[in-house]
Amino acid sequence: MIKALRLLLLPALLAAATGAALAQNPIKVGEFASLTGKEAAFGQSSHKGTLLAIEELNATGGALGRQFELITEDNQSKQGESATIVKKLISRDQVVALLGEVASGRSLEAAPIAQNYKIPMISPSSTNPRVTEMGSYIFRVCFIDPFQGTAMAKFAQKSLHLKKVALLTSVSSPYSVGLAKYFKETFAAIGGEITIEQKYSEGDKDFKAQLTAIKAAGVDGIFVPGYYTEAALISKQARELELTFPIFGGDGWEAPQLIEIGGKAMKGTYYSTHYSPENSSPAVQNFVKKFRARFAGETPDAMAALGYDSAMVLADAIKRAGTTEGPKLRTAIAATKGYDGVTGKTTIDSHRNATKAAVVITVKDGAFKFVESITP
Amino acid sequence: MSEFLQQLLNGLSLGAIYALIALGYTMVYGVLRFINFAHSDVFMVGAFIGYYMGKLVPEGTLWGGLAVLGAAMIGCALLGMTIERLAYRPLRSAPTLNVLITAIGVSLLLEYTGQVFFGAAPRNFPAIFPVRNFSLGNVIISSNQVIVIVVSVVLMVVLQLIVYRTKIGTAMRAVSLNPKAAILMGVNNDVVISFTFGLGSALAAAGGILYALNYPSIDPLMGVMPGLKAFVAAILGGIGNIPGAALGGLILGTVETFVSGSQFSTYKDAIAFAILIIILLFRPAGLLGKFTVEKV
Repeated sequence: MIKALRLLLLPALLAAATGAALAQNPIKVGEFASLTGKEAAFGQSSHKGTLLAIEELNATGGALGRQFELITEDNQSKQGESATIVKKLISRDQVVALLGEVASGRSLEAAPIAQNYKIPMISPSSTNPRVTEMGSYIFRVCFIDPFQGTAMAKFAQKSLHLKKVALLTSVSSPYSVGLAKYFKETFAAIGGEITIEQKYSEGDKDFKAQLTAIKAAGVDGIFVPGYYTEAALISKQARELELTFPIFGGDGWEAPQLIEIGGKAMKGTYYSTHYSPENSSPAVQNFVKKFRARFAGETPDAMAALGYDSAMVLADAIKRAGTTEGPKLRTAIAATKGYDGVTGKTTIDSHRNATKAAVVITVKDGAFKFVESITP
Repeated sequence: MSEFLQQLLNGLSLGAIYALIALGYTMVYGVLRFINFAHSDVFMVGAFIGYYMGKLVPEGTLWGGLAVLGAAMIGCALLGMTIERLAYRPLRSAPTLNVLITAIGVSLLLEYTGQVFFGAAPRNFPAIFPVRNFSLGNVIISSNQVIVIVVSVVLMVVLQLIVYRTKIGTAMRAVSLNPKAAILMGVNNDVVISFTFGLGSALAAAGGILYALNYPSIDPLMGVMPGLKAFVAAILGGIGNIPGAALGGLILGTVETFVSGSQFSTYKDAIAFAILIIILLFRPAGLLGKFTVEKV
């Protein structure tokens, strides 16, 4: 009898509880990131930027009278893992939007799922064009590889005065393959020569064979459109083979581990990225100050800045949409125009991409130094 | 020509590391007739012991490097013997398949315990030995390559001496040939098997340190691929045969390097494994393996 009574009461109690919570229900934002594993530096940086943005938003009252709740899941830098955790974020945690990933390959895994559930997804720093082509709910707040590849090709020719360049591409990363393609097209079009193309796979550690072949081909620079672990090992082994010319790559190089692993070998290497903490604009300096105060003096890199901007663009769209409903939120994000963030003004174009300037960074005396800025 | 020599050198130094790991697989197979899949993770632990020990000695000194190498070898020998005592000895009379599954379990245990203790992010392995480049014409030899080749050759010679010139080596060969007869002749099989695991694991540790020296980014799953390659090398040379494992390692490393340096670099693993299949078609027991000879 008592049991039956309890059973009767239970739904009523539950209804009361959810009713009360509904008014104060936080806006759930899902983040999937490579917090551990091979590209952990990316995930960690990006996550810290996003976290800082969410904390700031909550301190100033959140949006729509509700607080934000960031639910972060780790994909361990592994293939296949992002799909699983994104499904979990959408179906179990019922997030209203997704933020992630840095690596294009993992954004490509999550994008079809977000599209399918009509949950808007903003990638902070995936630069492969295919990411946003996956569907109308997929956005990004960074430049894309055709621009980055073009920028680095022009930089190689004009600033580094290179004529014959070798390509060393990771065949198992869509980011690397795409960036290599765009670099090659532009570099050949402006009169440069791609003398030799060599390939490797993610997780390889021995590049001496490829580098020996490159050395025999007689080039005056190597373009390595990969991620930082491999870029550092490649530079190190290249210097061991006494290849002293410039080695350069894209934003996949951006991590403190590049210098930690590569050490002295990183002297004379260059990469393009989204922002430089040396930029004297008030927005950047303010962000650097806040970031250092929050994360024990750490200087934010481009992934952190883009992680921050991605959350801010989302919050801005939620405020404008006045709702967290998928389709309306999607329209609001698509209408983002001239949002002033840390990495410059974000305007979402008809392909759901942002157009921004790139900066070139070099490694000098064991530290990252700003070289020049390249506008689209 | 100089490109060929350079590639050959690159290949030999990679192959020497495969050979060191392959020796452990082959020795354990020799005495126990099973593949110790945890071996590649002992290799990983060796590199991590080196990582932590490397912080205690000054960087870039020969004695410091050798001390780290010695410490890692001793540490892993103890680890190997502990694994054998706890996981494999209770299964001594069980079917080989059970031991094989246990070995996979131990392998996963080490990998994921490693992720808990060391973290999953790659770490930078310190340059424990002095670094210098030598040039021979157009061929550049790095000191790390010299160290890899010298240490591997020395360890293989020492191993050969232990197996053929010492009492315990004779006992190892006896156990390998016929465990029951060895017991009847007064050989303590448990001690011999324990020693074999210790020896194999010490070689894996040396392999781990040398690998990390050349490719200074280490993580708890770093053993998987080199372990697989070394396993193939052991089969290629004839599993259970010590010179065979060394030869298999060198062949595999060299082939892989030459393929990587060509236009077919993406197919390097496919080609390496295709060679394995072809060799096994013609010599099912591996290059130096025979079906009945002594196995250690």
